[in-house]
Amino acid sequence: MKISEVPAEEFLLPGNAACHGCGSSMCLRTVLKALGKNTVLVVPASCTSVYQGMFPGSAIDVPVFNTVFAASASTASGIRASLEMKGIDATVVVWAGDGGTYDIGLQALSAAAERNEDMIYICYNNEMYSNTGVQRSGATPYGAWTTTTQGGKKEHRKDVAELMVSHEIPYVATASAGYLTDLYRKVRKAKRKSGFRYVEILTPCPPGWKFPASRTVEIGRLAVKSGMWILYEYEDGEFRLTGVSRAIAEGKREMADVEDYLLSQGRFSHLSRNDLEKIREHVRNRWMKIEKIVGGVHATPAEFYV
Amino acid sequence: MSSGVMVTGNQAAAFAARDSGVEVVAAYPITPSTPVIEEIARMVERGEMRSRLILTESEHSALAACIGASASGSRTFTATSSHGLAYMHELLHYATNARTPVVMAVANRAIGPGWNIWADLSDAMSQRDTGWMQLYCSSNQEIYDTILMAYRVAEDEGVLLPAMVCYDGFVLSHTAMPVKLGAEDFLGEYSSQWELNFDEPTTFGNILSPDYYMELRRDLFESHRRAIEVMRRTEKEFEEFTGRYTPLLAERYMLEDARTAIVATGAIASEVKIAVNRLRKDGNRVGLLRVKAFRPFPSGLIADALSEVERVVVIDRSVSPGTGGQLFSEVKSALYDSKTLPQVVSRIAGLGGRDVTFKAIEKAVDDVFRSEWVMEVVW
Repeated sequence: MKISEVPAEEFLLPGNAACHGCGSSMCLRTVLKALGKNTVLVVPASCTSVYQGMFPGSAIDVPVFNTVFAASASTASGIRASLEMKGIDATVVVWAGDGGTYDIGLQALSAAAERNEDMIYICYNNEMYSNTGVQRSGATPYGAWTTTTQGGKKEHRKDVAELMVSHEIPYVATASAGYLTDLYRKVRKAKRKSGFRYVEILTPCPPGWKFPASRTVEIGRLAVKSGMWILYEYEDGEFRLTGVSRAIAEGKREMADVEDYLLSQGRFSHLSRNDLEKIREHVRNRWMKIEKIVGGVHATPAEFYV
Repeated sequence: MSSGVMVTGNQAAAFAARDSGVEVVAAYPITPSTPVIEEIARMVERGEMRSRLILTESEHSALAACIGASASGSRTFTATSSHGLAYMHELLHYATNARTPVVMAVANRAIGPGWNIWADLSDAMSQRDTGWMQLYCSSNQEIYDTILMAYRVAEDEGVLLPAMVCYDGFVLSHTAMPVKLGAEDFLGEYSSQWELNFDEPTTFGNILSPDYYMELRRDLFESHRRAIEVMRRTEKEFEEFTGRYTPLLAERYMLEDARTAIVATGAIASEVKIAVNRLRKDGNRVGLLRVKAFRPFPSGLIADALSEVERVVVIDRSVSPGTGGQLFSEVKSALYDSKTLPQVVSRIAGLGGRDVTFKAIEKAVDDVFRSEWVMEVVW
C-alpha cells in the first residue's frame, strides 16, 4: 500500500510536546489513523503522557484515559467491561512504552492476555525509560548506554512480543517506525479481530539513542535491514515474517551488518569489537530460532549455518 | 421487603453489591474477604447478578479496572483486606483524585509479617489519608445497608468520592447473623458524570501544573465536608425506603446522662453495648458513642455528643506507631475547641484478632485498669 492511501484525518494534533523526530508520536499518528474515532486510548506514565500536553489542553483527539504506570492493561480491561455492559461499540487500545510493558506493567499485561480481554495492546518500544530521562529497561539491548548503564548494558534484552506469542493470543505483530504502511496495515488487521491483540513497534528516540532527529525513519529501517529487529505476525496460531524481514529470510535481500545500525547511534559508540561480535552472534541465534519456527521454508544466507 | 436470612458479613456485602445494580466487579481473593468474590462469581454465573466480573491477577489491577470502568460510566465494586488493600494504595489516591465513586468492601485484617489473618482495623486506618470515605460496620445488617447507602452518597454530584465499607475480619465477615435484604430498588440506575464521548472526546488525567492542582484537592476536601450532610439525608431516605434506621455517621447509646463515654467502632462497639448495659446495672453512668463514619470525620457531631461527659475512653483496634490510636487522635482533636474539656484516655485492644470481651472492656474502662494496652482476654 502507498502512504498516500492512509486517511488524511488527524487524531494526533499539531502543537503536541513531542521531541523533533520522535518515533513514538510519528507512530501514534499512524496508529490513530488506522483505528479511527471510535477508539479509547489508555495511556500509562510514559513519553506520551507528557507529549499529549498539559491540562486544560490535549493533543489527542479521541477519548484518552491516563492511568498509573503498572496498570494500563487492567484499567483498559475495566473500560472494556463497561463498554460491553453498555452495548457501546468501540476499540479499547493501550498505548504504552516499553517501561510500562516490559517491566512495571508486565504482570497486568500477561494477565489481560491470559484472560483474552478484547483490546489491542500496543507497545511503542524505544528500548529504555525515555520519559524519565533515558534509564535502562528490560527492552534495552546489550551494550547500550543509558544513564543507569553508563558503561553499556551488560545483559541482552528480553522479548515481550515473543512472550505474547507463547500466550497464544489471536494476534501478535511487530512493526517499526521505519515502515509506517506496514504498521498501518497491521493495526487495521488487529482492529478487525477480537480478543487480545498485541503490537510492538520499534520507535527510535533521537535524544535517547543519540542520533540526529532527521534520521528516525532511516534508523527504524536499518534496525530491520540488519536483522536486529524482526518484522512478523502471529495470527491464529500461524507465524510469518513480513516486509524486509521476510525478504531477508527468503534470500531476496542481503542482511546488512549490525555495525551499520549500531554505529549510527551514539548510545553504542563505545562498543568494542568483542561487543560487536557478541551482538552479531545474538542476532544470528535469534534468526536461527525464527527460521525453525517459520519452518525453514525460506532460503537463508549461508552464514546462518556456521 | 423480604424477611431476614442468616448470612455472613461477606455474603451481606455480596448481596448488597448485587442489589446495588453494579455493572462491573473486578477483584482478587484475600482472606477474609475472599467469599465476597466467590458469592458474586456464583451469582453472575447463575444469572442472578447482571455484572461483568473481571478476575484480575492482583488487587492493584482490580482497583485499576474498577477505576477504568467507573470513569466510563459504570457502577463498580470490589472487596479486599489487609495486604490487598495495601497493594492498592497508589490507586486509592487515584480513585479519589479521579472522582470515581467506587465502593469497596474491606474485611479488616492485620498486616504482616507475621501472617496474621484476623481482625484488626490497621489496614483501613492506615489508608485514612487517601481521600476515601470510610464507614465501619458493627453488624451484618449494617454491612448490607451501608453498601447501598454508600453508593447514594458517593455518587452524589456534590460528593463524587469513593467509599470503603469496613467490617472486622472473621468476627463479622464469617459470622452469620440475620439480615433483611430486599433493598434492590433503593438506588436507581446510575447516571454518571463520566462517559466516553467519541464525538467530543476528552483526555482524562493528563499533566496538571501547580496552577491547577490545589483547586482539585480543595474541591475534594470540600466534598468530604458536604458528604456529612449527604450522609444525614441518605440515612433518612434509606429509613423511608426500608422502614429501618441504619446510621452512617454515628450512634449514641445511653449517652444522655453519662459521666463516662466509651468511643469505639466496628465489632468492638457492639461488645461495648453489652459492657455498658452491665456497668449501668452496677450504677455506673456510662454510655457509648459508636463512630461509624471515620472519613469524613464528623467532628462537630462527636464534640456535641461528648459535651456533657467528664471522661472519654476511646478504644482503637489499630495503632499508628509513633503516636497512638487513630480514633483516639481524631476524637481528642475534635474536642479541642469544645467548651467542656473531658479527660480523654486511649485503649488499644484486639490487634491481630485478639478477642475483646465485654469483661475486658469493663476492666479497661474502670479506674483500676489503667494500662493503655488491653492485652488480656478476659473471660
